[in-house]
Amino acid sequence: MNKIANRQVICDVLVEAAKEDKDVVALCSDSRGSASMTKFADTYPEQFVEVGIAEQNLVSISAGLAKCGKKPYASSPASFLSTRSYEQCKVDVAYSNTNVKLIGISGGVSYGALGMSHHSAQDIAAMCSIPNMRVYIPSDRLQTEHLFKALLKDEKPAYIRVGRNPVEDVYEEGNVPFEMDRATVLREGTDIAIIACGEMVKPAADAAKLLEEKGIHAAVVDMYCIKPLDKAAIVKAASGAKAVLTVEEHAPFGGLGSMVSQVVGSECPRKVVNLALPDAPVITGTSKEVFDHYGLNAEGIAKKAMELL
Amino acid sequence: MSNLKALAYEMRERTIDIIVEGKTGHIGGDMSVMEILTELYFDQMNISPENMDDPDRDKFVMSKGHSMEAYYAVLAEKGFFPIEEVIEKFSKFGSKYIGHPNNKLPGIEMNSGSLGHGLPVCVGMALAAKMNGQGYRTYTVMGDGELAEGSVWEGAMAASHYKLDNLCAVVDRNRLQISGNTEDVMAHDDLHERFRAFGWHVIDVADGNDISQLKAAFEEAKETKGRPTVLIANTVKGKGSPVMEHKAGWHHKVPNQEELAQIRKDLKERKEALLHE
Repeated sequence: MNKIANRQVICDVLVEAAKEDKDVVALCSDSRGSASMTKFADTYPEQFVEVGIAEQNLVSISAGLAKCGKKPYASSPASFLSTRSYEQCKVDVAYSNTNVKLIGISGGVSYGALGMSHHSAQDIAAMCSIPNMRVYIPSDRLQTEHLFKALLKDEKPAYIRVGRNPVEDVYEEGNVPFEMDRATVLREGTDIAIIACGEMVKPAADAAKLLEEKGIHAAVVDMYCIKPLDKAAIVKAASGAKAVLTVEEHAPFGGLGSMVSQVVGSECPRKVVNLALPDAPVITGTSKEVFDHYGLNAEGIAKKAMELL
Repeated sequence: MSNLKALAYEMRERTIDIIVEGKTGHIGGDMSVMEILTELYFDQMNISPENMDDPDRDKFVMSKGHSMEAYYAVLAEKGFFPIEEVIEKFSKFGSKYIGHPNNKLPGIEMNSGSLGHGLPVCVGMALAAKMNGQGYRTYTVMGDGELAEGSVWEGAMAASHYKLDNLCAVVDRNRLQISGNTEDVMAHDDLHERFRAFGWHVIDVADGNDISQLKAAFEEAKETKGRPTVLIANTVKGKGSPVMEHKAGWHHKVPNQEELAQIRKDLKERKEALLHE
């Protein structure tokens, strides 16, 4: 099992970038430890901005820095960054079109037993509905690295969610198929198309193996780019299958499932079922316990797929 | 026009034109903020249509974004776009001249309108200057009702933490907001003490509609080192005509024909008087 969390990879990529580019700035809201940004803060203190526990300030200050030529990467728990600073994300970043990269750390139910206040099960819905805001949820550390190297090259707003704990690799080191804003097809399949994002990609891929043992051919798509959504990949996977199953660590409304349903409904109508967290406070437990409870694991995904067919 | 006091009145006349043609506008705050914007744009700040791409020019964010009609009059006078075009198109269908700052227009740095954003954004702008060793100054103008937004105080805290003496905020202290007197809505008459407690240098501008007093205050701000400065500019909402002055009802209003005639007459008389001062 890989021991490197996605957030650690982000810090490493930014430290490397900051070495060459004085304009790369990291900001935290008393969250440098949680964001794994301590190394950045220690290595380039003059390129690090601490704002204290003030998420609205974090986002507005980032926007002001960006407007004056800086390249700010603002990290804060996804729950607070996406909804407490929502107004600032909307007006100062997206609407004003400032080059701010918003990094939602400890996303989804990463904080486990800390409860609903600390879970970000609304961030996809919130962020995707803002014009000019891009939304990315990478599935493993290797994809995270590629994503951030790509983000460093552009000057547009983006929100990126990563989880707190290391996750199993989806890809192989040195062999990561990555194209910016294009979903990664992990496998093709003619029975069911499973479209997942973030930490749900690995169990989706494992589910496909379980299904294969039962003679069911499942396609698996890693939709790390929630917005702009790779519609062509959805249409291709859905058109070649009998039904579509979406899997996400998010509330059942307004997330990946809703967005995929819109595309499938209009382009290639067939049944779409969404596996997600409930429309209720999430049960207490670690991420794994929570996922197992709601069937957001390989067995649960495979079971749901078989019910669908 | 070198006479800034008279220029402020001329731009008030244009502001009224914009509001009357557009049939909408935050007229009271437009009138109270006019001298603050005039002194900033025509005396203090190094900003012009020619130097917008210069990273070393000064920076400005209109935090009380609803006073957009006054801001249009000032930016047009500065040469960013023709005033005739603003008067003709303001708030009309499909227009880029909307009721709050829109940074797709030349001269406008940041979109605003949602209150309490300008100061924290300016903290970022001023911080960038410190990080880069640049000498530009950053300014923002806030309304007094706006100070009830918590984000203002998050920004105020960070500005003093980072010793941003290159940042100057102005409070357009006209004492009226849409629901009435600021002290009845959410009292903060101890504003000076509040900013001092947050580590700011505070300058009370007794008459915030007096160009000379504003000039002296901005010069003092430039000389203040190690901390940010705020100007509490005591202004009159609706300044320019007794029809509007000191009346909360004129926060957002379009004058009728009779009121308009009186307002135009009052503005013209005051402008003429200032021209011959």
